[in-house]
Amino acid sequence: MKKKSVVICSLVLLLFVLIPMAAFAQEPGGIDQAVNKIFGTALGPFVSFIFYSVTINGVSFPLIVAWLIICAIVLTFYMGFVQFTGIKHSIDLLRGVYSNPEDAGEVSHFQALATALSGTVGLGNIAGVAVAVSLGGPGATFWMIVAGLCGMAAKFTECTLGVKYREEFPDGHISGGPMYYLSKGLAEQGKPKLGRVLAIMFSVMCIFGSFGGGNMFQGNQAHQMIANTFGIFTETGWLFGIILAVIVGAVIIGGIKSIAKVTEKIVPLMAILYVGTALIILLANFSKIPWAFGVVMQGAFSPEAIGGGVVGVLIQGLKRAAFSNEAGVGSAAIAHSAVRTSEPLTEGYVALLEPFIDTVVICTMTALVIVITGAYANAEGLSGVALTASAFQSVFPWFGVVLAVAVLLFAFSTMISWSYYGLKSWTYLFGESKASELIFKLIFCIFVVIGCSASLGPVIDFSDAAIFAMSIANVLGLYLLMGSVKADMKDYQSRIASGEIKKYK
Amino acid sequence: MTDTILVGIDGSPDSRRAVEYGITMAKKDKASLVLAFVIEWSEYSFNTPEENEQRHKRREEEIKTVKERVLDPMLESLAPEDIEMKGVVRHGQVAAALIQIAREQDANQIVVGRIGQKTISTVIFGSVVTKLIQLTHIPVTIVP
Repeated sequence: MKKKSVVICSLVLLLFVLIPMAAFAQEPGGIDQAVNKIFGTALGPFVSFIFYSVTINGVSFPLIVAWLIICAIVLTFYMGFVQFTGIKHSIDLLRGVYSNPEDAGEVSHFQALATALSGTVGLGNIAGVAVAVSLGGPGATFWMIVAGLCGMAAKFTECTLGVKYREEFPDGHISGGPMYYLSKGLAEQGKPKLGRVLAIMFSVMCIFGSFGGGNMFQGNQAHQMIANTFGIFTETGWLFGIILAVIVGAVIIGGIKSIAKVTEKIVPLMAILYVGTALIILLANFSKIPWAFGVVMQGAFSPEAIGGGVVGVLIQGLKRAAFSNEAGVGSAAIAHSAVRTSEPLTEGYVALLEPFIDTVVICTMTALVIVITGAYANAEGLSGVALTASAFQSVFPWFGVVLAVAVLLFAFSTMISWSYYGLKSWTYLFGESKASELIFKLIFCIFVVIGCSASLGPVIDFSDAAIFAMSIANVLGLYLLMGSVKADMKDYQSRIASGEIKKYK
Repeated sequence: MTDTILVGIDGSPDSRRAVEYGITMAKKDKASLVLAFVIEWSEYSFNTPEENEQRHKRREEEIKTVKERVLDPMLESLAPEDIEMKGVVRHGQVAAALIQIAREQDANQIVVGRIGQKTISTVIFGSVVTKLIQLTHIPVTIVP
């Protein structure tokens, strides 16, 4: 009973903070413009630094994307193409072949994967792909797949490190992620100062990323989608924001399990519905699939009318893959660290499936639907979610409603995941205490309202930049620590081969 | 080698009757008894990251609660029976977990009640029995 009253009190408190703020946000020249101004002037240089682009064949190429892709390629070679050689082992781990029955009741490999996926599957798969195809043509799909496949090695490395260097607290709870492997891992190599600096850099960027890309951007897109589809909340984004903030608050502050439980059930359902519908469309046009692949391959290597030629197509594909699966950003390493296992490598193997499912499977399906239905060649110049929606709706007219609900739920689950990523960075910087956790969570809820109530272009730019800025520290750490991961991997593989790590199924 | 009888329990009166039946059989066959409590849990559910983080703690708490509230009092009350006895607590799908424990303990026979206490974490009811019958490799006795 006592807990319940605490929950209710904190939610009421949250409302008191949110309502005046939202009202302020609606006033012309209110918080909206003030925030825009702050972000635009003070943080503009930061955004342009992160997204510093070189122009190749008339197409601007942000160097941060190259930073991520090069890391993924280097790790692919360095780890001996673990994404291909190790994928059978990944699936065995998921099936519980190596799970000791006596450990039943701990977080399973499947659950770890599902939790990490719920943080990345979302708008990137629905809207991002459409952006890539509309800007880069069908051929962008091919490069997206290539980038997704390389990203698997980066995920493998970062999630292994996340578990290896996580912090276990006396009460049994665990905190882990890039901030811990950067500080502890580099301290082991005699570079404690560098480790600490990189860890702080990562944490700060992760907190900003969790407020921005993991929160405001999601709320903003969900609001737009709901408003466009159902014609509700069109003028009252702040109200939508408050409702969403209270629901988010109920889960992350109130610990109301039932809401999380409901989304846990619906989000996978939505993902299955989305992929299922895509599959039906593809199967119904079975005879056109070879043609579609032909269009994709041709577009990838000899595009006709797309600006920038092959390089232009390549850049669009790489960009969207990096935005979508977050390999090298370090976010998934935080989610995977919560798993209790004596073998960090097992989490690496399981995590390498994430870019595969996210980019190679889901993004490719979206792209194929857009190509097969001919929606990519639309005359109206649709892009983003609207293009994906029109492709699906050309076959199933009711799909717009499903997509709107899916976007809302994906946004919600992404927010929950990112609130955790941000929280872990926050507690790394400010210490593990209930009070500091509560402060972070309240701020997080406030940002939900800001994200929904105003169209804050510069803020969105900033939040994208913050997520990518996480990769500066993280990728450096991956290069410095990849040697130890490789050594551990060799050791782990030899113990699998010798049967020292037992099979239970 | 003595026989081993596995009794699935969940703290309900039905499972109490199953235990009593198990004891009668164990006395007759000079068998040893394993009392197994399965905490309903799925490895394929979807969790928030925070739940994952708390999972280890929760698991220990769940096991402790079952031991303190159900298993230990039961073992204590049965101590005068002069039968070799032990308790096992395990997370999982009830039917599959019972069979898993039966294999580990080398049991020759499983005894369960028909309907159990119907709470989220401790369910042994109809469908579990059906599943148990389908999966089992050894005789199963259902005590009504």
